[in-house]
Amino acid sequence: MSVLTGKELRIVGFLCNWCSYGGADTAGVARATQPTDLRIIRVPCSGRVNPLFPLKALLSGADGVLVSGCHPRDCHYSAGNFYARRRLELLKEFLPIVGIDPARFHYTWVSASEGPRWKQVVTAFTDRIHKLGPAPKFQDAVPSYDMPDLAPVAPLRNLSCGANPALEDLKKQLKEALSDDHLFCVVGWQKSFDGLHATPLHMRKPEDVDKLIWGPFNVHSTANMIPQLVNDAKAAAMVGVKRGDPIPPAKKIGVVVKGCDGKWLVELLQEKLIDRDAVEIFAMGCNGTVSYDRIIAKIGAGKRIDSVEGNGDTLRVVADGQEYSLSMKDVAQDKCRACTVPNAPVYDHFAGDPVKVSEDAKPEAAAILAYLDGLTLEQRMSFWRGAIERCIRCHACRNACPMCVCREYCVADSREPHWVTQEDTPVNKLFFQLIHALHLAGRCTGCGECNRACPMGVPVGALKLHAARIVRALFDGYQPGTKLEAVPPFLGYEVEEKNIPEHQIEGA
Amino acid sequence: MTTCFLASDGLASWLAKSAQTRRVLAPHKEGKAVLFREWKEGDPAPELAKSTISPKGAIIPACETLVKYQITKDPENLSKRSLALAAPTEATPTVLFGCRSCDARGLVALDTPYLKGKFKDPYYAARREATLIVTRTCDSPTHTCFCTWVGGGPASPEGSDVLMTTVDGGYVLESVTDKGEAFLKESGLPDGADKMDEARKTRTEAAKKVPARPDLSKAPERLKARFNDMAFWVAQTSKCLSCGACTYMCPTCQCFNISDEGDASSEQGGRRLRSWDYCMSPMFTREASGHNPRMAKAQRMRNRVSHKYWYSTETIEDGRFSCTGCGRCVAQCPVSLDIREIVQKAIEE
Repeated sequence: MSVLTGKELRIVGFLCNWCSYGGADTAGVARATQPTDLRIIRVPCSGRVNPLFPLKALLSGADGVLVSGCHPRDCHYSAGNFYARRRLELLKEFLPIVGIDPARFHYTWVSASEGPRWKQVVTAFTDRIHKLGPAPKFQDAVPSYDMPDLAPVAPLRNLSCGANPALEDLKKQLKEALSDDHLFCVVGWQKSFDGLHATPLHMRKPEDVDKLIWGPFNVHSTANMIPQLVNDAKAAAMVGVKRGDPIPPAKKIGVVVKGCDGKWLVELLQEKLIDRDAVEIFAMGCNGTVSYDRIIAKIGAGKRIDSVEGNGDTLRVVADGQEYSLSMKDVAQDKCRACTVPNAPVYDHFAGDPVKVSEDAKPEAAAILAYLDGLTLEQRMSFWRGAIERCIRCHACRNACPMCVCREYCVADSREPHWVTQEDTPVNKLFFQLIHALHLAGRCTGCGECNRACPMGVPVGALKLHAARIVRALFDGYQPGTKLEAVPPFLGYEVEEKNIPEHQIEGA
Repeated sequence: MTTCFLASDGLASWLAKSAQTRRVLAPHKEGKAVLFREWKEGDPAPELAKSTISPKGAIIPACETLVKYQITKDPENLSKRSLALAAPTEATPTVLFGCRSCDARGLVALDTPYLKGKFKDPYYAARREATLIVTRTCDSPTHTCFCTWVGGGPASPEGSDVLMTTVDGGYVLESVTDKGEAFLKESGLPDGADKMDEARKTRTEAAKKVPARPDLSKAPERLKARFNDMAFWVAQTSKCLSCGACTYMCPTCQCFNISDEGDASSEQGGRRLRSWDYCMSPMFTREASGHNPRMAKAQRMRNRVSHKYWYSTETIEDGRFSCTGCGRCVAQCPVSLDIREIVQKAIEE
């Protein structure tokens, strides 16, 4: 009977070759009666199961996905299932944010000799999926195009948009550093086409430092370009070098950082994507940055900005001849509201005094997460179905992301593996965003550059914030980008995971 | 030329009438973005704001099927196979309502690569033919607007079939082409000739708001001279993220990629797709051998700027720039890279 027309549902099983696949075989040889909904895909190890496999299956129409590997401590490759456990737990908790019922995904451990146990697992899981019924299809969800007008959460500390008196000191340090030619360039910010925009500045000569600005419009990530600039500096050092000559040392890359930019540097250093010696870090305490969109929401779109002036909490904007007085409490970026790291965790030079944050400051959940949490699974699917339709796949979110380091080897641009196609279907577009979010789990510092860069206002950052929230809960409050010596959670494992429970299926 | 008056509160019912026979695409606000979506009777009157993204997708969709193919095996003789091809080129009659002059002029620039020359693109031609463009003349040019620099203006009629200008109590609709005239005649709206003076005044006022126009006439020759000045291009583009925001927002960016996708539901069928592609991506020029003639983003941005301000002056008949000054690439760029600055710097130094 065809799966499509009969009573069967589509369940995909990823089974480890060394245990569960054998377990299924044992059950078969023992002529155990089993449901026939499961379609088995044999994998060399549960550690091979990229969370994208089950995710792709679920988005492409599977009603349930089961992953089964060797019992912990029993992995044929010693530790594959330990890594799998962390990733699959992340996936399970991640699914509801896009409206997929986490009960449709299950991972478990069955050894080759456990034929009866296999029978129980597959029977119980199939029963569960039958109780849930056919899975709602993402492409069939009713799109919701309205974006909620969310009140932002209150900032943890007083944010300010006034001038920073330490800027002169910073400029002095930069000029000194640039004068002896050991730096390839220094990345900072300068004024842009109107008062509400800054733009990244690449300083190469001491006189370029005069253009540097510091303030609430320095929203762009300066760390984003660092790996590429490091390569550029290496290439520049090789110019004129003949074969056999010693390789000359490359010049360093200077980078001016706010707290969040510093967190990215920590991540890049932790993952050994740059050498500590390749960068010289100029830090200054950050008093918060503004969201251009929030300002526009206050003053109205399509206005000409005449002048902008910041003083303490108040941002005075004159647009089309009319004056608007805005408070940082209303217009600050979400990341700044929740920020507990206003000073870069690592630096070579620090100008002025560090900005203080109280030790026990606990950030509230971002407004968008609180909103999504309040929706049903069906509503969440509608939310993303509508929002993702706006996506034009310009990949600004990816390219603005300081932790998206694959660059031109991104799987989104690849035919092999063929995760996404050129079709502009909602599933295709969403799948790219899910790849992005899952690749950033445990690495994303929550900077929100993806959200800011998105020209169409798709709230893609919410997916990463949700993943970060899971990581914090699973790994004792792990905060990416704060400690140089920390191991990112998905690069390691514990034999006994204290926060990851054994999942049971009712009836197994 | 026909001139009609449309009262503000009559907009929705007037559009509803058009929607009976045509697909109406109108600006729709979603969060911070304004984009063109199908407007249906019963929807609230559409947004009149400038769209975040240009409406070129109405003529060149982000992804379209060029050819569908299906291989069928003869059940009597399995080695015998027949191939069926289908290339649907028909287009839905459409009214593109509420775009701006810079958007409509963009379509004129797109006509050169798609319609003029040795090969005529049948998909583009069909959509272009089936689309009637009602342009809302712009009344709020901002800091990023520079339509007057590149031969346009907030009320430039080029590329539009009907121009619509806000006046007291409603809008003046003025036909530009025969197509537009026929459309207005069938609309049954009252004559609006007496409001034309007010409309003209609004248009002149708007033109004054566009930042002062520099002389860009030297751009093609200066860009040509700078082609090998890599230091210039590296300095101008070092902050570029190599994303496709500028390209996909642009009303005149036209490049595409072609890929084949097999259909999961049929063993030997599939589709050949054409989808937007962006020259800012290193993948855009990477050859099968692995060689990439535009490896650095400086080379890629050089191509984009030169295409708009030099190549087009040699390929488009009247020698115009293929930039319409809509400013979306400036406003929407995640790092605020400003094409005006690059062109002006290329000219001055």
